Amino acid sequence: MIWTRRAIPWRDIGVPLAVLFAALALWEALVRWKNIPPYILPAPSVIVAKLVEDRELLFSSLMVTLGVTFEALVIATVCGVALALLIAQSKWLERALLPFAITLQVTPIIAIAPLLLVYLQPGNAVLVCAFLVAFFPILSNTSLGLASVDFGLRDLFHLYRASPWQKLIYLRLPSALPQFLAGLRIGGGLALIGAIVAELAAGASGQGTGLAYRIVEAGFRLDIPRMFAALALISLSGLAIYGALAALSYVLLRGWHESARAQDE
Amino acid sequence: MSARDIAETQMTAPALVSLREVGKIFPSGLVALADYDLDVREGEILTLLGPSGCGKSTVLRLIAGLASPTAGAIDWGAPHIRNNIGVVFQDATLLPWASVYENVFLPLRLSGLSRQAASPRVKEALAHVGLLDFSRALPRELSGGMRMRCAIARALVTRPELIMMDEPFAALDEVTRFKLNDDLLALKRRFGATIVFVTHSVFEAAYLSTRIVVMSRRAGRIIDDIEIDPSIPRDDDYRSSKTFADVCRRASQALRVSIEEATP
Repeated sequence: MIWTRRAIPWRDIGVPLAVLFAALALWEALVRWKNIPPYILPAPSVIVAKLVEDRELLFSSLMVTLGVTFEALVIATVCGVALALLIAQSKWLERALLPFAITLQVTPIIAIAPLLLVYLQPGNAVLVCAFLVAFFPILSNTSLGLASVDFGLRDLFHLYRASPWQKLIYLRLPSALPQFLAGLRIGGGLALIGAIVAELAAGASGQGTGLAYRIVEAGFRLDIPRMFAALALISLSGLAIYGALAALSYVLLRGWHESARAQDE
Repeated sequence: MSARDIAETQMTAPALVSLREVGKIFPSGLVALADYDLDVREGEILTLLGPSGCGKSTVLRLIAGLASPTAGAIDWGAPHIRNNIGVVFQDATLLPWASVYENVFLPLRLSGLSRQAASPRVKEALAHVGLLDFSRALPRELSGGMRMRCAIARALVTRPELIMMDEPFAALDEVTRFKLNDDLLALKRRFGATIVFVTHSVFEAAYLSTRIVVMSRRAGRIIDDIEIDPSIPRDDDYRSSKTFADVCRRASQALRVSIEEATP
């Protein structure tokens, strides 16, 4: 029932938050009790203080990383859906194009990043890396969705002599929506990973302004609290991206698709 | 006109569609139909009765143009009928993401009619099946019977002269099924379309039909062709009448032959 779920949200939000605060408290207590210096393991309070102290620097870097992630995700979505539509048109196109997409997917992005940095401006290289990792899950999931249209509905559209365009708009795209959104959720997380990996590679060569570069930079200076602060921001960004895409998926699929209904009941 | 005259008129009614020596062999080599002849006459409720796998759904799909015969021919009395066939599948087959209204609007939308122009016809079809108050509901929110009503409204909205129904009430409980049987007959009286109905229920066939064709499991051979006087009112009295019992007995016997033929 929906209302009982709303009546006790503590079960979903409260329990993990309680565990998180307990772990942070334990961490804080351990550091203070054992007198562990901040350059080995900073206490959570020190990390928070660092976040506040370096807020301008860290947040501008966060915006750079998030900007790249978002841009890459948009391009990956457009290209992934476009290629999925192309592949859905003919088996020949699928045979011709899919192996390349798979090759790109199975080659670890960390191995491609240095090469991209040779050929492209650092900013563009980071964008391409994030795009490459986000692209494949969106492509493969959308392809799967476009191919898994209900047989009965397909007959129905055939019976009413629907044009290929009508079939696409009124049947195949809505049918593919759940799988596309699942792909988008994976792609969103991977875009952030791709951006961070490329920034690390770029940061090692002394260029970049994103959060991962701040981590590399702080590592050189042994500013461990700042490393943790940047890491916390990256984790929170990943959670926020996942949460936003899961919410989008819930809003679009609510009422008709099993994946969204399971959360209702 | 006496009941006999009406029955005779029915028998001599022109064929809306004729299947001549039709064969259907699936790519797997399975012979679904061989040398199959059938006339669907104007205005009748023709029920195809037979065990699972006897090819009754195949006949329906061939007429609806959802499959093509591998032998023989399908002749249309009037070619325009072919372009406007209503189909109700065993499963309601609704767009799960679209409201009841959008689902019923779909055939008109696909034929290029604007939302505004289609609106009176969609509302009329929804009113006929008693779903006007549920226009905005999603299929998930409806009961099985209501989903089937929605599918029937969708089949009616294009005002077809021929409606094909493939075991539409098989998954419903008996009370809902009886109610929908009566509703279907009421709609039939109002619209006068020809109906080809597929079922494996002898009682449903005897209640609804003006003609029952019992098919064999062997490539769809026709075992019996039973005419039922269409002028008899279909109500509870009919269900307990001798005519109903006779039709059921004859159909059951034919069905038994059909099943015995199938078991080696």
